[in-house]
Amino acid sequence: MSEISNQLENLSYKAQQIANEASQLASSVVDTSGGHSDFIIFGITVLVLACFVGYYVVWSVTPALHSPLMGVTNAISSVIIVGALLAAGPIDSTISKYFGLVAVGLAAVNIFGGFVVTNRMLSMFKKK
Amino acid sequence: MSNLTTAAYLISSVLFILSLRGLSHPSTARRGNFLGILGMTIAIVTTLANPGVLSYKEIGIAFLIGGLIGTSIAVRIQMTALPQLVAAFHSLVGLAAVFVAASAYYNPSAFNIGNVGAIPMGSLIEMSIGTAIGAVTFTGSIIAFGKLQGFVSGNPLVFKGQHFLNLILGLGIIALIVKFCIDQNQELFWLIVAASFVIGVLLIVPIGGADMPVIVSMLNSYSGWAAAGIGFTLSNNLLIITGALVGSSGAILSYIMCKGMNRSFLNVLLGGFGGEQAASAVGVKDDRQAKQGNAADAAFMMKNSKTIIIVPGYGMAVAQAQHALREMGDLLKAAGAEVRYAIHPVAGRMPGHMNVLLAEANVPYDEVLELDEINRDFSETDVAFVIGANDVTNPAAKTDKTSAIYGMPILDVENAGQVFFVKRGMASGYAGVQNELFFRDNTLMLFGDAKKVCEDIIKGLEN
Repeated sequence: MSEISNQLENLSYKAQQIANEASQLASSVVDTSGGHSDFIIFGITVLVLACFVGYYVVWSVTPALHSPLMGVTNAISSVIIVGALLAAGPIDSTISKYFGLVAVGLAAVNIFGGFVVTNRMLSMFKKK
Repeated sequence: MSNLTTAAYLISSVLFILSLRGLSHPSTARRGNFLGILGMTIAIVTTLANPGVLSYKEIGIAFLIGGLIGTSIAVRIQMTALPQLVAAFHSLVGLAAVFVAASAYYNPSAFNIGNVGAIPMGSLIEMSIGTAIGAVTFTGSIIAFGKLQGFVSGNPLVFKGQHFLNLILGLGIIALIVKFCIDQNQELFWLIVAASFVIGVLLIVPIGGADMPVIVSMLNSYSGWAAAGIGFTLSNNLLIITGALVGSSGAILSYIMCKGMNRSFLNVLLGGFGGEQAASAVGVKDDRQAKQGNAADAAFMMKNSKTIIIVPGYGMAVAQAQHALREMGDLLKAAGAEVRYAIHPVAGRMPGHMNVLLAEANVPYDEVLELDEINRDFSETDVAFVIGANDVTNPAAKTDKTSAIYGMPILDVENAGQVFFVKRGMASGYAGVQNELFFRDNTLMLFGDAKKVCEDIIKGLEN
């Protein structure tokens, strides 16, 4: 238990470090350019690094919890709601806004559904 | 994006990573889920604070409706129906991605990507790729849901020229994307969506019901890549990071499932393998007789055993036998036996399905072991009790090079002193291969519904 929390702390510390470096990198990128086309390279950098983080984190998930893992990943992939909220944001009624509102609703189903069902699964795992 | 917003999104990303990390052990898993909820809350609140977001009332209504639907489904769903629920949820992420991309196309200024008809090339590419992945995820998941729920036949649907048709459609989508990036024409946008919907269906129909664990994991991965694709359109790192996490998680789960069946990912995708009721060993006549036992014999023998390993499979889930099985296990423990459970990586219809069902029936998780943790112990075990599993116990996978399942890692139940095999009939498993184990001297078949057999054994143990 304490070992795991130690590991967690370590990991979060490392993540913070990477995050700091990344934000420094980000600001330097923005300083030098600022255009959207440059985001692609930066975005790909983030994507590749995040894939590595994902790889190591997911392999450390115990096989017994693979179903809850799918539940959580399902819920967090609905972070797409960020895009939906921006789309639904404007005051004026446009088709674009309604698309956004539908996407907000769909993502909300997933966020609540995913986290609630995962919580239900996890609450059933008990020790002897 | 202001620095504060960027920082908040970064915190969300880190919380999501920690949330997955929490799942490394059951004792930290609930905290992990909580961190995920926290991360999502921060992401939503931060976005709502964006000066471009003004229509709080409508957003609130949409969010509330979605939230209520999601919660009420998640609270009521039976644990045996988890795989189809997850498939259904994936479809929603895919559809949401399509809607967000469509919205960005019709009102690019809300996303800071130029104006209608003058969207930069880079954004168009990202937008159309995100749309295509989202649309494939949507229809693919609907078909997977239909197969798991039984709305669509679980048998693989194979027709001539299928792969050729997929290839043509795939190339067609690429051509459409190229044309769309040049013309920015709205018909082209919807054609990309339509063609991707079709290919999503075509990709999943040839895949048999029993290969669904791989497919559900694969669609999990797709929904992540769709989110990452939208992240590029929005120049938003949170979406890219989260999408990559989900994408790699789904990919790793697919890999684990494929390895558990000793099949390549491509082999699964090409489909045609394993229907719900595969033609029972086509063309092979088998005159051998399996020994049949009854519940009373099984109860008597298990009562006098020291060590018992239970091997559950999808049949247990179908018969909802997990509670009766746990009760049987409790009685055996009370009679002095050591009872453990052995889970094959591909048991059930989604990764970790059996573990959840056993947990639901109050089986402590430390009695539930994975293949490589327990496989050596079968040789020192008095009784192996196989309930609803078949192919994953077939010794032919180790010896018969001509077998369809040759090379698949299996649970060595044949090494146990006595094997009880609970099964509805003599039909072969989904691989269409006869199980050698049925004809071994130390095997007794217990025919009947898994739940009924467990209940009969419980009666026998109580006497």
